[in-house]
Amino acid sequence: MKPAPFAYERPRDLATLLARLAEVTGSVKLIAGGQSLGPMLNLRLVEPDLILDITGLPDLRQAAVEGGTLVLGACVTHADIEDGRVPDVTGGALRRVAAAIAYRPVRNRGTVGGSLVHADPAADWVTALTALGAEVEIAGRTGRRRLPVERFVTGALEVALERGEVLVAVRVPARPKGTAWGYVKHCAKIGEFAHAIGAVRLDPAAGCGRAVIGAVEGPPLLFADARPLFGGRIGPDFARHFDPVAADSALAAAGMADPVERHVHVTVLARAVAQAARPIPMPLTEAA
Amino acid sequence: MSAPIGSRQGVGAPLPRKEDDRLMRGRGLYVGDIRLPRMQDVAFVRSPLAHARIRAIHVPEAHRGRVFTAADLAGVAPIRAVSGLPGFKVCEQPPLALGKVRQVGELVAFCVAPTRAEAEDVAASVVLDLEELPAVHDMLAAREPGAALVHEHWGDNVFLETLVDVGIASALDAPIRVSRTITTARQCMAPIEGRGVVAHLDHRLDQLTVHTASQMPHIVRNGLAECLGIAQERIRIVSPDVGGGFGYKAILLAEEICLSWLALRCGHPVRWLEDRREHLTANANCREHHYCITAYAERDGTLRGIDCEATVDSGAYSAYPFSACLEAAQVASILPGPYDFPAYRCRTWSVATNKCPILPYRGVARTGVCFAMELILDAVAAEAGLAPEVVREKNLVRPEQMPFDNITNKHFDSGDYPQALARALAAIDAEDVRARQRAGEPDGRRIGLGLAVYCEQAAHGTSVYAGWGIPMVPGHEQASARLTPDGGLELRVGAHSHGQGLETTLAQVAHEILGVPVARTRLVHGDTAATPYSTGAWGSRMMVMVGGAVAAACEALRERAVRIGAHLLQAEPEACRYEAGRVIGPSGDLPVEEIARTWYRRPQDLAPDTDPGGLEVTAGYKPVRDSGTFSYAAHAAVVAVDPDLGAVEILDYVVVEDGGTLVNPLVVDGQIYGGLAQGIGTALYEEMRFDGRGQPLASTFADYLLPGPAEVPAIRIEHMETPSPYTRFGQKGIGEGGAIAPPAALANAINDALRPLGVEMLHSPVTPRRIVEAILAARAPARTRAAA
Repeated sequence: MKPAPFAYERPRDLATLLARLAEVTGSVKLIAGGQSLGPMLNLRLVEPDLILDITGLPDLRQAAVEGGTLVLGACVTHADIEDGRVPDVTGGALRRVAAAIAYRPVRNRGTVGGSLVHADPAADWVTALTALGAEVEIAGRTGRRRLPVERFVTGALEVALERGEVLVAVRVPARPKGTAWGYVKHCAKIGEFAHAIGAVRLDPAAGCGRAVIGAVEGPPLLFADARPLFGGRIGPDFARHFDPVAADSALAAAGMADPVERHVHVTVLARAVAQAARPIPMPLTEAA
Repeated sequence: MSAPIGSRQGVGAPLPRKEDDRLMRGRGLYVGDIRLPRMQDVAFVRSPLAHARIRAIHVPEAHRGRVFTAADLAGVAPIRAVSGLPGFKVCEQPPLALGKVRQVGELVAFCVAPTRAEAEDVAASVVLDLEELPAVHDMLAAREPGAALVHEHWGDNVFLETLVDVGIASALDAPIRVSRTITTARQCMAPIEGRGVVAHLDHRLDQLTVHTASQMPHIVRNGLAECLGIAQERIRIVSPDVGGGFGYKAILLAEEICLSWLALRCGHPVRWLEDRREHLTANANCREHHYCITAYAERDGTLRGIDCEATVDSGAYSAYPFSACLEAAQVASILPGPYDFPAYRCRTWSVATNKCPILPYRGVARTGVCFAMELILDAVAAEAGLAPEVVREKNLVRPEQMPFDNITNKHFDSGDYPQALARALAAIDAEDVRARQRAGEPDGRRIGLGLAVYCEQAAHGTSVYAGWGIPMVPGHEQASARLTPDGGLELRVGAHSHGQGLETTLAQVAHEILGVPVARTRLVHGDTAATPYSTGAWGSRMMVMVGGAVAAACEALRERAVRIGAHLLQAEPEACRYEAGRVIGPSGDLPVEEIARTWYRRPQDLAPDTDPGGLEVTAGYKPVRDSGTFSYAAHAAVVAVDPDLGAVEILDYVVVEDGGTLVNPLVVDGQIYGGLAQGIGTALYEEMRFDGRGQPLASTFADYLLPGPAEVPAIRIEHMETPSPYTRFGQKGIGEGGAIAPPAALANAINDALRPLGVEMLHSPVTPRRIVEAILAARAPARTRAAA
């Protein structure tokens, strides 16, 4: 379990990184926390010619609130979020998700950007950031572009990054007061990759909301308009109107043939809805 | 310096472990810590296929001389682990595959390079030209005529078939008859440290020195000498600190043979450290059992008989020294467990498949038979409308029957099995749990209470193992004891600790007899050059056998010390006694330091007829009977099951165990905690699955789930201490028990929770997926189920 030989560089600014990406001819992998890429290298599942370590780019480690939107540099770690070292605009939602990712050693090194680019369907950020309506910011030689997470993650381990492009930041919109949030995942044991994830972000006052079923074969199943899951309307009593049959049908239509899997995913979504209706208290002490 | 008055360090003292100071601070020395000058690393080329003919092995020109195949190892004998049981079919396992590969991960070639990464680069450049053959990965299919053959010359895939029938015909008219198919998954043992070998040729001693993480260095030497064809005195095996074994380090590895062969030829030390992928996919498999079991009983729960067909998936080869058949053959002899019933039949098959050889894992066959027996007893209870404890109370061997020869002639030495069960029920507060169960949980989960009782034969010796006829038969266990010139004590034993605290517990045994403080006793073990022969650490035999041997050596030493002391005290030896590290005469006394100083430094003061053997003794030991000690325990578990997601939470867990005299209760508790964690893994998490071509589906711990701290609850342990009548201090072997009962207790608890839903889980691990599947199947209308 040792990687095949590769060249390693650690650029210190984005321009250098993009220039190197443009000029190298062989296969290239970017590494940040290395929590997925590291094992894949060791198992020789990937054998890149060059590894570009992006943790030397100071901008990618920054986090700031810009006009109500939280901008997380791609190299912000799960632990940075869990520990409250970055600002929060989601009423604790991000911190709760971060705190339950894998194990603490993974959270110490693993990054939000790396998790999204790796796009494991069972990873927490893929589903949670989709539900929160986040966008990714992508830099290339010709400039920057933004994509909603649901358009960025196109499949299992597949994302809409062109050659030469780098995910530099994740933009998380504020979750206004009154917006209900629920996030539940089901694992056989703590720290394991999820077997099912359910996430909802509902605005009963506005009568709208998003729901996501994650840890499925491909990209998460997004209900950008979640009203059909609640009998057509999202009101203050949304929990009582959650319709498991609608969720089950949607999963079947999306190709999930196994009734046991559908049952588990629908159950987990139902519990996310119940959690949103009765928010659990923030378990972590706020950072000073 | 003797033990301070009032301190209690001997047998029974709950001393913290001496070795923990270095092990807990990261100062242990494992194979992976050994650095020798000019050492190079080895990587293996392993079969990617479960079954294939080898057409060719292509080694790039640039790497010739660095890559070795079976053709290079001509003259090395294959591993042969024969069983003496009638009908056993012999297979030979060449250290590198010859002609055919029979399992994924089988060694085909090895590559040597200055670093492991470079060795893996070389290995990646070797091209195997393989002709894939149909693989047989299902043990029941493997038994069928027409199945692909793992070893063609056998004509079938059955290593061994056995049958015992003790009057089963008399049970067939019983009013209750329940049958179940019960299975346990293939698992991987997972010690924190994998296997590892550092081998070199010591030119000064003309000795092949092999550092290997082993539970049985002397047995490894036997095997290496046989395979390499060199004399035993030319081989030294050193097993340094070992980071957990559980049976995985009680086998001779083909890798050990390859590294030794290379070290004899290449002129520099060589190293191989197993990585976790090799460990999971190619080596450490265990536990895969299949039972078709029927219980016959009276309406009051009294067993009339047990009838069972048991199949064990032995994998492709017969592991040295325990063989491919010990597991299944033991099933037949220990399935009756702690129960007394009049009729029994058990047919067993040890089946060869294209999977890793099955290896002995903590509990060996006991975990599987306990699972089968305890689940069928709950099925009897359900059928008879009785509480599960009632069926057990009816059938447990009673204390007044002890010592008891059971239906398979196992000799239970002592104990009160019903009391253990009663205490477990009281400790878990069964009435309270059942009241809560009837009331229902506010969160919709379902509560269940599960029981399991077992007895564990341990430290069984010559008479038992001679019957199995495997390459290793334990005889007398030996130990050496030496007082140092300043009154310290050195012990040398040939068995090896792989984490069970021997450095402390053997020092306690010595202290009991010689009074030397535990802190001044050093244990030398794990080195064939420095220790008496031993079959090693297996079968929960250490405290009984090695403890007995240390006691015997210390007693002989004490006798000599008294004689020297008597002379110095100018008294008759008969008038002197030895107590707490002092020889006490009629008119004075001497500390043992003074006696040691006299023997070594002032021999002019010794009597002319002093025993010339001095203060160093090697003594041997066997218990009065060598049929084994029988420790036992009752486990009681309370679980909450989420019927929608299948998640299981262990709410409470009680162990009431009897290990006879406990040499160190803290160490015993540690053994139970660790075993229980592994038992929880067997019960709920651990499973090595294979695809239709015999490919193992887990190669990291992301896919092979082990319980972590969050999955292992705080358990409660109660000790009973019924001394064994046959051992030196009344101690019994307890090393494996913690891992035996949890799968049965937890599955019974889950079934107790789910029985009202019409669900019964009969396969370990009981995963969330399996629970939900069973609940949904039970919910489906009967017509749908019939159609499916």
